[in-house]
Amino acid sequence: MFRSRELSLAIVGGGIAAQCLCEEVLKRDPGVNVTMVCAEEQPPYDRVRLSELLLGDDGPEALALRPPEWYEDHRVELLLGTRVDALDAAAPALLLANGEERHFDEVALATGSQPLLPPIEGIDKPGVACFRDPEDCDWIRAQARPGARAVVIGGGLLGLEAARGLVARGMRTTVVHLVDRLMERQLDRDAAAMLLPAIEELGVEVLLERDTVGVLGTERAEGLRFGDGSTLAAEMVVVSVGIRPEIDLARAAGLEWARGIVVDDRLRTSAENVVALGECAEHDGVVHGLVAPIAQQARVAAETLLDLPGEPYRGSVQWAKLKVAGIDLVAIGRHSGDAAAVDRSATTYRKLVVEGGRIAGAVLLGDTRGAEDLLAAVEAGEESAEPLARLAAAATASAADLPDSAQVCNCNGVCKGDLLAAVRERGLATAREAMAVTRAGTGCGSCRGMVKEIVAAETGGTEEPAYLCPCRRQTREELAARIREDGLRSVSEVSGACGTGRECGACKPALAYLVSEINQNRHREERGAKFINDRVHANIQRDGSFSVVPRMYGGVTTPEELRRIADVAERYEVKMVKVTGGQRIDLLGVRKADLPQIWRDLDMPSGFAYSKAVRTVKSCVGSDFCRFGIGDSIALAQRIEREWEGVHTPHKVKAGVSGCPRNCAEATVKDIGVVAVEGGWQVRVGGAAGANVREADVLCTVETADEVLAVGTAFLQYYREHGQFKERIYDFLPRVGLEQVEEAIFDPERAAALRERFRIARAAAGDAWRERDRPYHANQFGDLGEVEDPAAAALVGPPADGGIE
Amino acid sequence: MTRLCDAADVPLGEGRVVRVNGRPLALFRLPAGWYAVQAECPHLGGPLADGIAGERSVICPLHERRFDLLSGEPLGHECEALKTYPVGEREGAVFLLTPEPSEPSSRPTEVPAHGFQESP
Ligand code: SRM
Ligand SMILES: Cc1cc2nc3c(=O)[nH]c(=O)nc-3n(C[C@H](O)[C@H](O)[C@H](O)COP(=O)(O)OP(=O)(O)OC[C@H]3O[C@@H](n4cnc5c(N)ncnc54)[C@H](O)[C@@H]3O)c2cc1C
Ligand code: SF4
Ligand code: FES
Repeated sequence: MFRSRELSLAIVGGGIAAQCLCEEVLKRDPGVNVTMVCAEEQPPYDRVRLSELLLGDDGPEALALRPPEWYEDHRVELLLGTRVDALDAAAPALLLANGEERHFDEVALATGSQPLLPPIEGIDKPGVACFRDPEDCDWIRAQARPGARAVVIGGGLLGLEAARGLVARGMRTTVVHLVDRLMERQLDRDAAAMLLPAIEELGVEVLLERDTVGVLGTERAEGLRFGDGSTLAAEMVVVSVGIRPEIDLARAAGLEWARGIVVDDRLRTSAENVVALGECAEHDGVVHGLVAPIAQQARVAAETLLDLPGEPYRGSVQWAKLKVAGIDLVAIGRHSGDAAAVDRSATTYRKLVVEGGRIAGAVLLGDTRGAEDLLAAVEAGEESAEPLARLAAAATASAADLPDSAQVCNCNGVCKGDLLAAVRERGLATAREAMAVTRAGTGCGSCRGMVKEIVAAETGGTEEPAYLCPCRRQTREELAARIREDGLRSVSEVSGACGTGRECGACKPALAYLVSEINQNRHREERGAKFINDRVHANIQRDGSFSVVPRMYGGVTTPEELRRIADVAERYEVKMVKVTGGQRIDLLGVRKADLPQIWRDLDMPSGFAYSKAVRTVKSCVGSDFCRFGIGDSIALAQRIEREWEGVHTPHKVKAGVSGCPRNCAEATVKDIGVVAVEGGWQVRVGGAAGANVREADVLCTVETADEVLAVGTAFLQYYREHGQFKERIYDFLPRVGLEQVEEAIFDPERAAALRERFRIARAAAGDAWRERDRPYHANQFGDLGEVEDPAAAALVGPPADGGIE
Repeated sequence: MTRLCDAADVPLGEGRVVRVNGRPLALFRLPAGWYAVQAECPHLGGPLADGIAGERSVICPLHERRFDLLSGEPLGHECEALKTYPVGEREGAVFLLTPEPSEPSSRPTEVPAHGFQESP
């Protein structure tokens, strides 16, 4: 179709649907003149993430879908704080609240919905709020008093999110729900029964089957009254019982309406030149109250407005994820059908629903792997003869297994095929670019791992993310952000919040390091998350015994120490005494139970030879003795070792200090090496001479020992904060680039901050072998002993005659 | 029922060795409940009680082979399955659930209910 001039389009509303339509239209025809008229004051924002405003202290700008300049860049006229008072559907024209009348070629209605207020007595009292927009959040934030009682009416998806937010604000929170189970629209009975204790564990009290009939209080809300006559006192009431599509404008304009504004398969309303989409629209008898259908609707509506051919809209599969930290829950399609397969454990519930031989829904609680795959299966109406096997396959499905049509980002309706096309056609190289272009991963964020994987596979794996938890596809960076935001202080808190480490447990040590690093060692210690070496501070041997390596600063020892070592070796029948390659002494083949007493007898600090920590600082004899020595390497090595000992690092850190460039301490192949040169010290980093050999890069040359420590400590802390677990410095440096490290540690302010953080972490660390007197657990080093019981014979065999086998 | 130890003898999230009639078992105390398996790794005899546990599995500390704690099955490798033992906690003590057909009701109830189940 030819147009004599550019098309003008008015979009009424400024929610996700309005924004999405605007972008779909401009993508197809950048010449369209779009005017968005929005009653709210702020530019379109992500309502789905609204509860973030309750959890933190951000303002609504944090939720912006696009930065403010986007609208100017795309020549979109954005009228904020402007309500449309009337629509003339025939013209079409809009009457704005400021009295202005504007004519357009076409109009799109994306007026969304309002919270539903149940018709109960006193619902309009002060102290009763909804949970729909930033003003509601502001109000709740301002009114919330820690310790006071809040009650949420409604135990659905949003009610539970609201309750979580109120708990985060310190309120004693109760959810009252009319039905006998939570989230009854998305969950079957069994899943709802498992969800209940998880919600209660967050500190939310739940009252089911409560029919609220009135709000108590004279001046303002003071509680609720129920149908059975009982009451509940509360000083804040939040209502979240559903939505009421905003159709006043359409109704007054004479458009056909039922629950919502009625639209056909092309999203057309009963008026020519007017379309509607989002939560205000009703298609085929359904009003969608979730964001997922919006992307599909926007695509079709854009094609209708621009008169382009395309697939009609055929409705959407309902899909929802509970965005409550600590609970993984995804519900897709129907929760019950004529057949189902269930895989459940004490903490997980996975159900696949089949109807007429086809996959019709899924409920994934506690373990949401494969949600994308199952959504694709529901959308395609995949046949399923063996649902249990299908469910198991979904759990292990990787990006490569997904069909191109599988929706990866459900918030923004981006399919795997869209991502691949963006990468191929626009030559994108990174997941970040692909996310910016397609908007995948910019909603709730739960699909980011998958997006990265797909992009990495397509770009040749250059960007394969290093997952800290491969089971859950979570990177160190994502988890670090989460730990910071939510103030998580232990491995089990992170597991609870993000599922990390729950499955196989292999990543727990990495997580334990991350938690301790971010909390500057003021985390809650959980030894079960650590490798056995770090539970008992000794290195496990092939026969299950342990080795003991006491610290010898700079490789220097004394006759008294040697005597104590010799005594211990005899007293505990140590299998071998060996001088290590790290300039100290190893006692090998020690029993776990003997460890605390050995440490006591040695009376030397732990050498941390068993741990990802600062190990040795090797030294040569230096200027005090050596005829070539130009620097006091022993004094410096000992000082470095004392300042850094006991601090954990992503991988082991070995240092060395040589008194002259002859370099007898092999400092140029150490993680951190220092070599005395005329007039000062040369500091090097990233050397290796183990499985790999690499000459250390020169960082700088400084004059004094103090400066060596200053720059070395800043470097060490930078590595502590940015290294992947089990990434030695010789791998870390090439990955992040020496320049980036230099930028941080040669900037006086940043370096001072790094050193300060190191100081705090160091102050909270210490000699691990002190646990000889203050064990982590009474039975830290012990086993459980012997039990003799003929009754156990059937299971383990009869009691042995001569005692133990 | 054979009493093995006090629940408090095993730190949460860890395992310990207990010898029953001379046979060493690795006993684990995990958030989902108690599990017991043979103490020695079928690979090269590694001490499984010293391993890192996942929700329902353990990784041998020597060469990182993983086993299911309930079924004993090897996970992702070809080792023999572990022998597993039913255990449960009651009133602060941990018991090996030896068969006692005469009084089934006296069994602790905290045995974790795991596994696949198909509903119509
Ligand atoms: C005891 C010692 C050998 C010796 O008798 O000299 C030793 C023993 C072990 N080394 Fe080492 N390394 C020892 C010095 C070294 C050195 C030399 C040095 O420190 O100057 C190197 C080369 C430098 C380096 O670290 O890169 C070295 C490179 C390694 C590597 C390869 C690291 C790499 O990334 O290249 C490993 C494997 C690993 O870390 O994953 C390793 C791992 C091991 C482990 C911990 C293997 C294990 O996980 O059980 C060995 C423990 C034996 C035991 O049961 O106690 N060891 N190891 C040395 C202890 C030094 C100390 O006092 O703390
Ligand atoms: C707290 C919360 C959490 C949610 N979480 C999820 C989730 O996890 N998953 C999910 O799928 N969905 C979720 N939803 C639902 C989702 O946010 C909505 O489905 C979606 O935002 C609807 O978008 P919309 O653009 O259709 O409507 P709205 O966001 O309601 O936008 C309508 C806009 O139109 C404006 N408007 C109305 N009338 C006029 C007028 N006459 N003139 C000018 N402007 C007007 C309104 O002011 C508003 O800005 C959540 C909703 C809330 C409140
Ligand atoms: S070189 Fe190999 S065998 Fe020798 S101590 Fe190091 S890791 Fe063990
Ligand atoms: S001994 Fe257990 S994995 Fe090798």
